[in-house]
Amino acid sequence: MEVRSIVIIGNGISGITAARHIRKRCDDAITVISAESEHFFSRTALMYIYMGQMKYAHIKPYEDRFWEKNRISLRNARVAEVDFEERNLSFSDGSTMEYDVLILATGSSSNRFGWPGQDFKGVQGLYSLQNLESMERDTQGIGRAVIVGGGLIGIEMAEMLATRRIPVTFLVREEGFWNNVLPKEESDMVTRHIRSHHIDLRLSTELKEITADEGGRARAVVTTAGEEIPCQFVGLTAGVHPNIDLVKNTPLETDRGILVDSFLRTNMPDVYALGDCAQHREPQAGRASIEQVWYTGRIMGETVAATVCGEPTAYRPGIWFNSAKFFDMEYQTYGTVPAQPRQGSDSLWWEHPNGKQGLRIVFDSRTKAVLGFNAMGIRLRHTVCDQWIREGAHLDQVIKNLKQADFNPEFTPFAVRY
Amino acid sequence: MTHSLVNPYPAGQDAVQRIALGAFAIGLLALVIAAFGPGEEFPQLFFWLAVVLGPTGGAVYAVRNFLHRPAGVRNEQVWHRSLFNRGMVAWVFGIVLTGFYIALYWGPDSYWGSAALVRVFDPLSNLLTGSPADRWFLYGAVYTMAVLVMGLRAIAKYRHSNYQVVRTGSIMFFQLGFAFLIPQFLKAMDRPEFYFSYFWPLKPDYLWPEGGYYSFQWILDKGGLGLWMLLFAGVMTFIATPVLTYFFGKRWYCSWVCGCGGLANTAGDPFRQLSDKSLKAWKVERWMIHSVLLIIIAITLLLWVNSFLGGSILGNLSHTLSKLYAFIIIQAFSGVIGVGFYPLLGTRVWCRFGCPMAAYLGILQKYFSRFRITTNGGQCISCGNCSTYCEMGIDVKAYAQRGENIVRASCVGCGICATVCPRGVLKLENGPTHRDREVGNPIVFGNDGFRLRP
Ligand SMILES: Cc1cc2nc3c(=O)[nH]c(=O)nc-3n(C[C@H](O)[C@H](O)[C@H](O)COP(=O)(O)OP(=O)(O)OC[C@H]3O[C@@H](n4cnc5c(N)ncnc54)[C@H](O)[C@@H]3O)c2cc1C
Ligand code: SF4
Ligand code: SF4
Repeated sequence: MEVRSIVIIGNGISGITAARHIRKRCDDAITVISAESEHFFSRTALMYIYMGQMKYAHIKPYEDRFWEKNRISLRNARVAEVDFEERNLSFSDGSTMEYDVLILATGSSSNRFGWPGQDFKGVQGLYSLQNLESMERDTQGIGRAVIVGGGLIGIEMAEMLATRRIPVTFLVREEGFWNNVLPKEESDMVTRHIRSHHIDLRLSTELKEITADEGGRARAVVTTAGEEIPCQFVGLTAGVHPNIDLVKNTPLETDRGILVDSFLRTNMPDVYALGDCAQHREPQAGRASIEQVWYTGRIMGETVAATVCGEPTAYRPGIWFNSAKFFDMEYQTYGTVPAQPRQGSDSLWWEHPNGKQGLRIVFDSRTKAVLGFNAMGIRLRHTVCDQWIREGAHLDQVIKNLKQADFNPEFTPFAVRY
Repeated sequence: MTHSLVNPYPAGQDAVQRIALGAFAIGLLALVIAAFGPGEEFPQLFFWLAVVLGPTGGAVYAVRNFLHRPAGVRNEQVWHRSLFNRGMVAWVFGIVLTGFYIALYWGPDSYWGSAALVRVFDPLSNLLTGSPADRWFLYGAVYTMAVLVMGLRAIAKYRHSNYQVVRTGSIMFFQLGFAFLIPQFLKAMDRPEFYFSYFWPLKPDYLWPEGGYYSFQWILDKGGLGLWMLLFAGVMTFIATPVLTYFFGKRWYCSWVCGCGGLANTAGDPFRQLSDKSLKAWKVERWMIHSVLLIIIAITLLLWVNSFLGGSILGNLSHTLSKLYAFIIIQAFSGVIGVGFYPLLGTRVWCRFGCPMAAYLGILQKYFSRFRITTNGGQCISCGNCSTYCEMGIDVKAYAQRGENIVRASCVGCGICATVCPRGVLKLENGPTHRDREVGNPIVFGNDGFRLRP
């Protein structure tokens, strides 16, 4: 077979996993392009650089020589245009490049809802390395920061600033932290935990506008309730959306993201899309059409590599799982755990008297088959939870054998009691 | 405004901390002043200032520093500070430490014999042994104090992890009891100054017929107790070590008992992130550490053959050989480089590149042990915290992000990788058998969740 030129735009977890697995499977030429950085780095670890817990070199998952050794060419440049008919890319520096197979893994961009003042200096989201640099620059010696939007990136930003001893006011529109994902008890627990870290958390509070000083630098935010909170830095963390700027107004079909079938194929031949930027035309039952997490990007990367190398493989991600850390509180989830009580399923919630650990088991009301877990401040064993959910293990069995799922360090008493 | 506006990570220190820090500074100053003469004249005074007040102040300060902040991984700002990021302060500290070791090992007897600094430790030495201190007593006392003071700090820092608390308690216990008090008492009773927490090949002379300071013959000469000691040394090396390592991995020794590991995990804890994680360092490590083990085995065999043949092969050379070993390996490597370079190379340089016991334990751990670090399915986000804070320079995330167990000869089972992982991915475990430890874990694959690695 002739050697194809496989070009991947985006060197995040999705694009890089695709590249690595294509290399394992076939001998084609692989080029990975990114405007953001020379090498792949872990986006999930950006916060730790600001916190001084790691340096940039530490968050690169592979040594620099890995790429040459595996014959993956890297190009640090911005793709300005794609000509899908001619199979040709042009870069912002004017150069061009041809491809046989194109894989789009362009990731996300931070949401900005057209708030008045959102473009002032000292106002930003947190997604890229460049965002991290500006955050470093604009938070030097400031007296207060305000964060707008209570998701995972918002709470990370709050933690980052707190470790620099910068007082933080955290505006969250919902009446409970992340309560569109977390059930009430979990949400309350995190809310308490955030406050115990002395973050000025304001629930049910929305941003109206940001005001600036003469120099065009943020000086205060005004809430919809009319309160003015003086600050010198504003973090906008109200979610992300697929970054599809590059392919808007091209024959490539898009909606909110780049539309793909279950094989991650777009409507153009030999063009694939995956990770944060992809939108599934027919998502698997119970899954969202756009999944913007690390793990799904990785799974899609493995899948697309198989398809591209001649073994068409549908993206069937299996049982959902995810994890996060809210300041010092770890969170893991497996399977389906609805935020609001849902017809047909029930759940058991256990909470430690210390208020810092909790475990929820969701099960089918009729059959008592276990459907999902939420673990707060407790580590559960992925393989065991996955198997229980997959097999529809009976609630009583699961409770009886719960210790099998204990993944906490040795000498940690397994405290969960139902 | 509500309490929530009070800053959680206070910039300044409270009164207790300031007083404690002051006490520590006075202790340090007293030590320096004492060394220039006054220590000889007023040993009691300087003992109380330098040996009691100073370390107590240090402990209170360090512990409070962490108790002030919420329990959890508190590694923030580590790389922003000169001392922990190979900055100027680190170099100065490294040079001072190295200088101390050079003076200690190779300083002339004429200096140490009459050193005022040593006199400061007389009250303690008199209490424990009934005789005045010498430089080795001073070293043992300072070392033990460092493990105790910084051990308390480590317990405060890692108080959210029972594994770290229990383990740190264990290394403090063994350092104080087995590596300091018991040998001192034995010496006081004119018994061999025997360290029940060190064995061949880390203390090779315990099983040497002659030559070493603590050689077989020397211990035997001390009568019945000596015989028991030798029996103990033999059993520890050849029976207890393989058995314990089979069940628990090398950590039972390196992270729970050994004083070198003890110092690294207490006094050295702030420097653990400086270890070299590159593949190249791993290569160098394997060559060096196994060479040291081979050299010790060779010397030991040679000495015994020589002894059986009545000294006919080596003659007096055996003495020179063991002296040379002590000079290069024990003093230069484990002391000067191993500890003196903490602020520059990280903590476990000796354990990783030089220690023959670690080599022996590592071979056992790699090929015949139930111990492994398990990876939690697909939860790794490749953040790099585990690798950054592994003092042995193991690239833990390289395994974790592939869903593989970590089975490495060098892993000392300190458990810090599992402690700092923000996603609960790692767990130190003793499995039911040694056979399943390197079997690839199921990793997450696109085609319907878990699939066993080929
Ligand atoms: C601060 C933060 C914390 C997070 N924490 C977690 C977490 O704990 N767990 C979790 O599951 N997920 C987390 N996420 C989400 C996760 O990081 C993303 O889902 C994931 O990184 C997406 O990977 P990707 O490869 O699809 O895209 P990206 O990582 O966004 O990579 C896309 C790359 O393409 C480049 N690119 C785009 N257009 C062009 C162009 N025209 N030319 C050249 N290059 C281009 C971009 O510059 C970017 O480098 C976090 C995200 C952020 C921002
Ligand atoms: S791998 Fe983990 S347990 Fe082993 S030495 Fe490194 S940090 Fe310690
Ligand atoms: S194992 Fe944990 S600490 Fe290590 S890279 Fe993965 S998520 Fe990070």
